[in-house]
Parts: sequence; structure tokens; C-alpha cells
Amino acid sequence: MEVHVTVNGQSHSGDCEPRTLLVHFIREQLGLTGTNIGCDTSSCGACTVHIDGESVKSCTMFAVQARDADITTIEGMADDDGTLHPMQQAFMECHGLQCGYCTPGMVMAATSLLSENPSPSETDVREGLEGNLCRCTGYHNIVKSVLAAAGGAS
Amino acid sequence: MSAVGTPMLRKEDPKLLTGEGKYVDDIQVTGQLWMGMVRSPYAHAKVLGIETADAAAAPGVHAVYTGADLEAMELWIGPLPCAWPVTPDMANPPHFPVSTAEVNHVGDIVAVVLADDRYRAADAAELVVVDYDPLPAVASIDAAVADEAMAHSDLGTNKAYHWPLIPDPDALEAAFANATHHVDANFVQQRMIPSAMEPRGVLAVPSPHGGDVTLYSATQVPHILKVMLAATTGIPESKIRVIAPAVGGGFGAKLNVNPDEILAVTLANKLGRPVRWTETRSEAAFSTHQGRAQNQRIELAADGDGKLLGVRVHLDADMGAYMMLITPGVPLLGSFLYTGVYDVPAFGFTCDGWFTNLTPTDAYRGAGRPEASYAIERAMDILASKVGIGPDEIRRRNYLAGGEHFENLDVPSTLTFDSGHYGPTLDRALELAGYGDLRAEQQARRDAGSSKQLGIGLCTYVEICGLAPSRALGGLGFGSGGWEHATVRMLPTGKVEVVSGSTPHGQGHETSWSQIVADKLGVAPEDVEVLHSDTAISPLGLDTYGSRSLAVGGVAIASACDKVVEKAKLMAAHSMEASADDLEFNGGMFSVAGSPDKAMAIQEVAFGAFTAHDLPDGMEPNLQEQTTWDPPNFAFPFGSHVAVVEIDEDTGNVELLNYVAVDDCGVQVNPMIVEGQVHGGIAQGVGQALWEGANYDEDGNCTNPSFMDYLVPSSMEMPNFTLDFTVTPSTSNPLGVKGVGEAGTIGSAAAVINAVCDALSPHGVTDIAMPATPQRVWRAINDAKGGAA
Repeated sequence: MEVHVTVNGQSHSGDCEPRTLLVHFIREQLGLTGTNIGCDTSSCGACTVHIDGESVKSCTMFAVQARDADITTIEGMADDDGTLHPMQQAFMECHGLQCGYCTPGMVMAATSLLSENPSPSETDVREGLEGNLCRCTGYHNIVKSVLAAAGGAS
Repeated sequence: MSAVGTPMLRKEDPKLLTGEGKYVDDIQVTGQLWMGMVRSPYAHAKVLGIETADAAAAPGVHAVYTGADLEAMELWIGPLPCAWPVTPDMANPPHFPVSTAEVNHVGDIVAVVLADDRYRAADAAELVVVDYDPLPAVASIDAAVADEAMAHSDLGTNKAYHWPLIPDPDALEAAFANATHHVDANFVQQRMIPSAMEPRGVLAVPSPHGGDVTLYSATQVPHILKVMLAATTGIPESKIRVIAPAVGGGFGAKLNVNPDEILAVTLANKLGRPVRWTETRSEAAFSTHQGRAQNQRIELAADGDGKLLGVRVHLDADMGAYMMLITPGVPLLGSFLYTGVYDVPAFGFTCDGWFTNLTPTDAYRGAGRPEASYAIERAMDILASKVGIGPDEIRRRNYLAGGEHFENLDVPSTLTFDSGHYGPTLDRALELAGYGDLRAEQQARRDAGSSKQLGIGLCTYVEICGLAPSRALGGLGFGSGGWEHATVRMLPTGKVEVVSGSTPHGQGHETSWSQIVADKLGVAPEDVEVLHSDTAISPLGLDTYGSRSLAVGGVAIASACDKVVEKAKLMAAHSMEASADDLEFNGGMFSVAGSPDKAMAIQEVAFGAFTAHDLPDGMEPNLQEQTTWDPPNFAFPFGSHVAVVEIDEDTGNVELLNYVAVDDCGVQVNPMIVEGQVHGGIAQGVGQALWEGANYDEDGNCTNPSFMDYLVPSSMEMPNFTLDFTVTPSTSNPLGVKGVGEAGTIGSAAAVINAVCDALSPHGVTDIAMPATPQRVWRAINDAKGGAA
């Protein structure tokens, strides 16, 4: 089936089977491998992207369901001049990542969280990131990163 | 200014934060075939026949191979390797990548499908029809020890080995005969699914005409893997290149030699096409080894004051279905630590290894040491209550060297601890936790009959890391050394390239190592590039596990830097027409003592070394040195942790309110990275204590293989951690560093369960099995109350 999507501001078309998961379409057909796959039960959030401004686990939908959608992946977060998105910068400064595998999903989920709640409490951040698993950091520095990106709100 | 000791931001991060980091599954090549594994649904069965025609005829399928097909193709010359035969008579049933006659755990591979994409490979694997004759399964350690049903039909017993470490049996017996207090406790270390966020994956790219093959693998051990691939497949080692690209966490689970790795390499070679596979998360419970899985019995003998006289331990350790790379040795890594941080005159340890029909076990963060720490630290709390003193006091009475600073201390488990200073870590941890106030609050809640009870748990751990002195490994029967290799070269432009044989997978080694090099060579950390994890770029190495990458890998780099400076000094002296003895080296500048105007930067020396126009007679061009560092001793980090839990007695839910850790990993290179390692380590130990554990039914089926029911902690369950550190330099290496990758895990499970038991102690509950789920806790309370509910 023909699927047309806009990803990180660029228009893409691709042919895929109806059963192709969006995450596989993004990774293998569009070659945007920054979006990772960490599970097969929509539990870990490593594959989180933004679809029409909302954070979505891209393993939970078929590529065809994203027809004509406006998608942002981790590759679309930094500015064209290479300046990191404030959330990416906060993760770097607060040591919010180690192996980096959950990180793209965390950054996407966290930016979505802040767009809904610009001044979250620590509890808000922990609740908001509940669907994204990390095995390296114990979440301490991830929470710190998100609060820092929110402007030090606590 | 010194770079070592500063919280430098990580060099690794920009790539990983932007999606530029390439993990194995991200690497795309043309002409690739996907492997689909046909796995046994039985834990133990005879394979009577396999029907592959439908699968072979399915769309996009290139080939289907059964175990018998692959055997006939002569793709390998031996079974998967076990590098640690712990006793000469250890049982080690052959473990081939694909089974032929008998399967021994759910997930054992019986056939392989090759198809042109991952969906079709999965579809075709479903079309393979296998005729099994089920056999009785050994689905627990207890069943293995009973030795009635056999995990391997031809073995005659489930017992793999018996390993004793009893330095002085008479002294041990006397200690228990003379004891006033005797603790006899049994603990279960449940099976853990390591759950690195990146699933394991492989991609083998052959060169049909050149005869060489490149394997990309999500591995912690590319160098060891290369040697083992050669030994197993017969492909000359010089024709194999292994690359571990970005690796998304390991925690021990990626330090093995797996069936998929052998299959990818040999099938790619055979077919002349790239072959790949990435495990799904649910498949990982069967395709990647698991951790812990021990039944422990620990006995303490103590005098009337609670002073330890002896410690006696027996383990029944679950090997799973096969001996993987270091499966049998994992319990032994902990054997030396069952006396913990304590002055114990007499010690005895025995371990029996048992086969079961479950996924093989092997290293998981801490590998043997969290188990040891858990047993002794739980037992010390039980001893404290017998003696009638607090958990802090029982520890203080028994610390090695009375809790004071020591160096190079022989302990009864036959090791020499490099350095320690245990008292201050406990003092500081109790202070940070507000121990006095917590006890008062606990009493108030008890007096008020609150349904929310407070528990405070302590743990003072010591661990063995910096693996390892090669001689010590030889003495333990390990099939390899424990050295690490480093090359440091100054490029013509003055930049520095460092090559290490240690293999990072998320720890930030590039940053930490750059800091060491920056100080040694007087260059900016950003001028240092670290190369690693590719056997063509870094031909010598022994990889990353056992918190060795700083205490062994980093020390090798530092030593190579020293050699670079030594050679550069001779060159600088020659250029400046001075005696090398008169030269000083500071901040990257060589200067002549007493002649401040005479100076030469190391970058300038490097360019001169490259042009080689004017070198001292007999000196080779270029500025490149290497070191293979074999540590004289292990390193022994330590620390004290305090867990504070609140238990809802109505629901049994345990909430971790606060966690304080005061660790000592010797000299710190990057305190930010050290803290991060402790955070993650604690989370994994807390996970074991409260939520995680692979469950198997009596037929040997894992009933919680996915993240739907295997409960890796989320952000909701974790508190913020309160950390502090003391610094007691190691005597095992010139940098004074120890290691911190596993410490958090080694201290935390015991602290949390001690806290849970502390909260439940008014009910007379003295122990609770891990994971302390709400159901278990509620039942323990209810049973203690007489089961009236």
C-alpha cells in the first residue's frame, strides 16, 4: 500500500504491506533509525514519536494508519544548524542518558509532556514518563533533565 | 587544571541524543537475509521429525535448515564454548547452535529460516512443523536437586559440579562449636531477566571472494567473541572481524557467545549474503541468558556480643540448560565475599551447580557478588535481632580493621583487600538518612497502630571488581587472562587517538578515558578521540564486564600515556639541545629547568616525530606507545546503603521513600558518571528486591517473558536517590581507582529487603522472599496474624 507522510518537515512516500508497523516503516523504509524498538508489547516507549503534535508509540500503529500525518522523530528535534533542542541539551547537561537506547523515546515523550504541562512537578514528570522504560539511569537524572528543561520548576 | 575529578559532560551524548548513534539493528546492508528461529515450545523433549516444506515454499523464503541440515553442512567444528570449567570433572553437555535430537529448554532452536525480511522470516518460522516427544522437565532448582527427572537424558544426574572453598575446616567446625549465637538462614536468589533496553542482535557480512566475515553484534565482548567464533567455527581468527557498534546496555547479558552469532557468521559465509537477526523482547527470555538463580544457605557463628566467629555457606546454583561462556563460574565470583566487610576468623563455602530445563544463566550485573552481599547482609540483621542490638551496631562490632582505614589486608576467604574504610560510609549514610529521626518516626507509627509502617534497612557491602589478575583467573580455572590493552598515539596535527580493548556500552568510557589522557598528556579532553569495539581497529582486548574498564582499561591507557611522554621528552630534549634529565613536563609543555624561555609543546614534538627530520639517533618515527596492563590484584569498592520503605499493611504495597548510598570507588575520574552508575545500579537491585523475577511453571514455561508482566521499574516506582562518597584510593593500580558499574546493585537488594523485614518485625516476620510483591508482603502479615483474613 502506498503511504504518504511528512516526517521532520519532509514529504515521504513509500510502499508497504498493510501490516507494516509505523516504527518499521520509519526505520527501514525512511532510514530514520534514531527511533528505537525496545519491546513488542508497547510497554517501553523507545519508539515514541510525535504524530500531529501528540506523542505516540510508533509500534502501536500501522504505517497506513499514519497516512498523511505530520510526524516528528528524534532526527527532527535539533535545529538545522545543529543546535540541540532544549530537551536534548538538558539531557546532556544532567546526564540523563547512558546507553542512549531509550533516549530518543524519552526526549520525545518529555517534550510532549512539557507541551501539555510546561511547569510540571517532579511527580508530574514521573507520572508523565511512566510509559518509557530506562534500564541505565534509575530515572533520577532523566527526571532532573526534564525539570531542568522546564526551567527548573519543581 | 586537572580534568580528572571533574564532572565533564559526555562526548558520547550528541550522537545518542540525535539518533545518530548506530546500534546493530540500525545498520542496513543490501542483499541481507533475515533469520527466523524455530524454537522449542517444550522445556524438554525428543525431536522426532521436522517438516519444512511449507515454510520453504512461503513467499520471500530463501532457505530452511534443521539441525540435521546444518550438521551435514559442517558449519561448526565444536559446540558453543564454556570458558570456565570450574572443576576438572564438571559436566558440560554439548550445546550446539541448533538442536538435533533433544531440546533442553523452551526456546532451544530446532530450525532456522532465512527470508528477505523480518516479517516473512517470522511467518515462515511458524510454518515449520516439529514433532516432539515431551520428556519430564526439570523446572526448578529444587527439582534439579531432587535428581529424579533428568534435565539431560544422557547425563545420569543433574549435578554439574561441586566446588568447595574451605581454607581451614577444623577452625570452621570449632567456630560453630564455640558459638553463642547461631544464624541459619535460607534465601532464594530468583531468576532475573537482564533486560537491557536494546535487544540483542547480529548482522554478519561476508566477503565471498576475500574469505573474511564481519560480524556486527550487540555484545560487550567483541574480542572474546572473535576468538570463540574462530574456535567454534574453524574460520581462521584472522578472517573474522567483530564490531560492537553503539550497544544499548548490557548488564552482563551481552557477554556471551550465542547460537545466533554462530549461525549468522556461518550462514553468511556459506551463502555469500549478509545474514541478520534481532531478538524480539518476548524472545529475549529464551534467546539471552538470565541471571542469579541460586538457593543459598548461610550460617553465622557468633559470640555473646555478636562478634562473628565463622561463616558457612552452601549454594545450589541453577545453570539452566547449558553451560554458556562463564555460567559455572558466576557463583564462584561471589564465593569470596560471603564474609562481607567483616572480620571473620573461619570461613567455608561450597557450591553445587545444577542443570535445569530453563534458559541458561550467566552473568547479570554484579554476577555472584550481589548474591553474596545479600546473604551476609540479611544474615547480619538476623544476628543483630538475636543479640538484641541494632543493625548499625552489629556491623560496627564486626567491621574489618574495626571500621578504620586499612590497606592490603588478608581476609579469611583467601583474598587480599586492597583498601577499605568502612565506618565512615555507615556514619555518613545514617546521617544523610536522618537515622535517629527515622527510628523515632517508626516507633510513633507503631505506637499509633498505623497501617502505614516504616522500615529502615542497612547494608554495608564490599565487592570484587577490576577483573582481573590473570594469575588469579588461572587459579580459578578460567580460560582467559584478565589484562587490558591500550594504544595511545599523537597524530601529526597534535590531536590524540586512544585505542582500548575495553568495550563500552553506555558507561561513558570515551569521556572518562579522555579525562585521564588529557591530564597525562596536557591536552584538552576534546582533542582526544577514543577508538574501541572493533577488532580491526583494536586488535587486542578483553572487553567490558566486572567493572574493569577503568581499573584495568583506564590504567592501561594511563600507562601508555606515560610512555608517550617519556619518548616525547627524549625528542624534546634533542630539539632543545638539553638533557632529558633537565626537562620538566607540565600542562603539555616541556621546559628546561632554569631556562623559562626554552619550551616545546607536546603537539610540536608530535609533528617532529611524524616528519622524523631530526630525531635522536636510533629513535623510531612517530609518537605512539602501547601497554598491556595486568593488574596485580582485584579492586574492592565498598559502601553503606540505607533504604527507607513504607508498607501499606492493608495492601502489602512497599513504597521506597528514600534511598541513601554512600559509596567508595576509590579515586573518581568523572563524578557525574560515577553518580549515574550508582543510580542505575541501585535501580536494578531495587528491581530484584521488589518486582522482578522470571516465573516458570512446572513444565518449564516462562510465564512472564515480556515487559507486560516482567516488571522492570518505571519512573513511578523510583525515588530520588541521595548519594555521597568517600575516597579511599586503591592500592591495586597507580590511579587509585576501583570501579563503580556494579556497586549499586551489590548494595541495594539487601538494603531494601532489610527495610521490608524491619517494617514487618513487630509481626514476627523475619524474612520475605524476593521479589517482595504486595501479595507476598500482605500474605506474610496475614500469616503472622494467624491467617484470619
